[in-house]
Amino acid sequence: MTETVQSKLTRKDFQSDQEVRWCPGCGDYVILAQVQKMMPELGIARENIAFVSGIGCSSRFPYYMNTYGFHTIHGRAPAIATGLKASRPDLQVWVVTGDGDALSIGGNHFIHVLRRNVDLKILLFNNRIYGLTKGQASPTSELGKKAKSTPYGTIDAPFNPMHLALGAGATFVARTSDADPVHMTEMLRRVAQHKGSAFLEILQNCVVFNDAAFESFTAKDMRASRQIYLEQGKPLVYAGGTKGLRLVDGHPEVLDLASGKAPGEPMIWNEQAEVSAAFALSTCAAPDFPEPVGVLRAVDAPVHHILQESQSDAVRKKLGAGNLAKLLTSGDTWTIS
Amino acid sequence: MESVSTQPHHPAHKSHELSAVTIRFCGDSGDGMQFTGSEFTRVSALAGNDLQTLPDYPAEIRAPVGTLAGVSGFQVQFSSAPVFTPGDAPEVLVAMNPAALKSNLADLVRSGTLILNSGAFTKQNLDKAGYTSNPMEDGSLAAYRVHAIDISKLTATALADTGLSAREIARAKNMFALGLMLWMYSRPMEATVKFLEQKFAKMPDVAAGNVKALKAGYYFGETAEIFTETFVVRAAELPKGTYRSISGNEATALGLVATSELSGLKVFLGTYPITPASDILHELSKHRNFNVNTFQAEDEIAAVCASLGASFGGSLGVTSTSGPGVALMQETISLALTVELPMLVINVQRGGPSTGLPTKTEQADLLQAIFGRNGEAPLPVLAASGPADCFDAVLEAARVAIRHMTPVILLTDGFIANGQEPWKLPEAEQLAKFAPKFRTDPKDYHVYERDPKTLARAWVRPGTPGLEHRIGGLEKHKLTGNVSYDPDNHEEMVRTRAEKVARVADDIAPLSILGPKSGDVLVLGWGSTCGAIQQAVQQLQAKGHSISAVHLRHLNPLPKDLGEILARFKKVVIPELNLGQLQMLVRARYLVDAQGIHKIKGKPFRVSELKSALEGYLS
Ligand code: SF4
Repeated sequence: MTETVQSKLTRKDFQSDQEVRWCPGCGDYVILAQVQKMMPELGIARENIAFVSGIGCSSRFPYYMNTYGFHTIHGRAPAIATGLKASRPDLQVWVVTGDGDALSIGGNHFIHVLRRNVDLKILLFNNRIYGLTKGQASPTSELGKKAKSTPYGTIDAPFNPMHLALGAGATFVARTSDADPVHMTEMLRRVAQHKGSAFLEILQNCVVFNDAAFESFTAKDMRASRQIYLEQGKPLVYAGGTKGLRLVDGHPEVLDLASGKAPGEPMIWNEQAEVSAAFALSTCAAPDFPEPVGVLRAVDAPVHHILQESQSDAVRKKLGAGNLAKLLTSGDTWTIS
Repeated sequence: MESVSTQPHHPAHKSHELSAVTIRFCGDSGDGMQFTGSEFTRVSALAGNDLQTLPDYPAEIRAPVGTLAGVSGFQVQFSSAPVFTPGDAPEVLVAMNPAALKSNLADLVRSGTLILNSGAFTKQNLDKAGYTSNPMEDGSLAAYRVHAIDISKLTATALADTGLSAREIARAKNMFALGLMLWMYSRPMEATVKFLEQKFAKMPDVAAGNVKALKAGYYFGETAEIFTETFVVRAAELPKGTYRSISGNEATALGLVATSELSGLKVFLGTYPITPASDILHELSKHRNFNVNTFQAEDEIAAVCASLGASFGGSLGVTSTSGPGVALMQETISLALTVELPMLVINVQRGGPSTGLPTKTEQADLLQAIFGRNGEAPLPVLAASGPADCFDAVLEAARVAIRHMTPVILLTDGFIANGQEPWKLPEAEQLAKFAPKFRTDPKDYHVYERDPKTLARAWVRPGTPGLEHRIGGLEKHKLTGNVSYDPDNHEEMVRTRAEKVARVADDIAPLSILGPKSGDVLVLGWGSTCGAIQQAVQQLQAKGHSISAVHLRHLNPLPKDLGEILARFKKVVIPELNLGQLQMLVRARYLVDAQGIHKIKGKPFRVSELKSALEGYLS
């Protein structure tokens, strides 16, 4: 029955009746539109999907999705979603978060959800600034960033979200940007398909407090030369095939294929390879390197709720189905008659 | 109370019958005193005594050997009559080293029995305990019946040919002490032998060594000339039924299993280890064959968040913690109450503030439970009154959470969490069911539409078609649940949430009064002080005083009949293990000049100290 319902679902079915209240021109609109467009493809009934978020501009997301949704508290969405998924493995659970929400106040939950490989789809909208509190430096703001809270420049080195996720043992790490909806949709599909924690960093433009933060490499005319698309089984080339990347002693090295000044074999990308390759690629940043987009890592590993269920099954097999009367009278008892 | 009889199997000794005995075992935290005390308790329970225990151990796992800081103790009162407390003062003190003697002697009753491991009274240990002379020799113990026995050496001799290491032999000396006490109180050894064999099943040498030490202690009592008498404490005349000995934390865990059976809900315990609450997780995690799930989170915030996530999914989210953990959880508890989902937060209170006294008991988190969140954030608060009562308290708290769609805080404390008593087992089939009704009808669904009686909103499980909805921490419209910043709507929602919690009082059972329904003094208590209050009040009543007692299960909202009961007494006295938190609530709420009796020593009230404090209010 669910099947027939799903086949009829369209983008509209995923739009709630709430008026979207982000600033005009905010990158969040693009992301919302792509998610709503992609959801019907999954063939999952609306009622079996839940969006959980924390606090921040991005975290208003669940209000706009006509699914089950929970707008929670700052930084805690991964933990709340963990409990939801652990008790309801039948639901597809998405977490929507931002750079402040996930990496500052929620840093602890972020790394632990990844190490446990909880089956959550985590979308991190990274705009490298605090939007909702009106323009303070965030944990992804670049060193020296002048913001309201840091008029003389931030002295705190930023987190690299991909790097952090890989370090926490994430089984799926990918990156895309709001400037490239087609690529984003492809990444969202991959996120939806992954079994276990799927982490997608979405570079998102905050028009009000950090406009054009990524423009130097995400703009349409810059993408080809400043970004490198990681594609499974394909060589790491960019700039129309004139440039490439390879790893030397674990470090990325730019190849100049056209001029022959820096010749070499570009690396063939493998998202299942040793994590060191993904680490190396995650450190590539403009201006010296192309910025990576695509899937950095996608590996199969035991999933939290499946481990949990098989453990419960094993206990049931060993002890038999729970019987309250028997449990209460177990151990040393004595009777007074 | 003593009557002399002859024990057939100990012909050499006179056997006296006693109605109640309080023993305290104390030694270094590495001496296994908790284990010794628990095993003595278990044997006493199996013999049908009523009893209560008071474990008292340091926060450090292994404080420096032989120091006062490292002393661990376990007190048990066992009796042939109903017992309400672990006993005010031990009549028998078993001290395994000088530090244990020094820190416990003051509690021993005058002319009480002192059993000392003389082998541990070395110059070095005496120095560590701060003794300038050996109390066994300097006459300072003259007021007691001292039995100095070189337990260390006797154990070593008994186990000399077992092939156990010197360390293993040293660790077996607690079994010698246990054997001696089993003999002294005419207990059989079989249950303990069996228990040791099971416990050390993987190390048969160690099992055999411990059994040997146990028997050596037992036979030492029988044959050594130093003891002239043994004692018998007969089975207590408790109500008919099947009993087991249980601690508060175990009873809490079993209450959670029962909650899942009675509500039909999955119980999801999200928690983070903390003293003295961790045993709830340890116990519950064994019972995964029931519809329960346990999750050890990365911190208390994640623990309570995961629980709330589970409740959003249609399970009953539960978290167990202690005061510092609650401090971290309050933001999420606040979220739970504004999204109006059921959740159970169990606070096993300990001494505060901050890290405070992790292994000691206190009742100082009452106001934290009732008021410790931002904004107007009321929720029901309940308390358990004893180890076995934790089971009933959990069921009641869970029932309130589900029926009223609200987080509930249940307060227990270190004393009842670790203390044991006999528990008359309930008949599983007799326990009342409280399954929630999930809404499935999409017609005219409004997220915050309320039950006219309880004001609870409907619980909807994600996965229900046509009822997709969003909830969150922002203020919401009173009917649709959509985000609303409207001033009037906010005030109405604040008042409605308060009224919803107030209506929990609609189905609180009438209070029962111990003693006359009116009179000079009403003693009002809550939580773990129940036993001590009850006994003190009964003793004063027996002396002819006009005094009654009421004990509260519900702290918020307070029972509807409390006000009129308070008004029927000339004085209201509230004993608490804090500086007067319920006292403050009662004074504010009822404008009654309630007086307080306060103790903040990390220990429960003694009956004698309560009694004498209460006497001050009786003219
Ligand atoms: S503040 Fe920035 S991130 Fe927030 S809604 Fe406005 S543009 Fe978007």
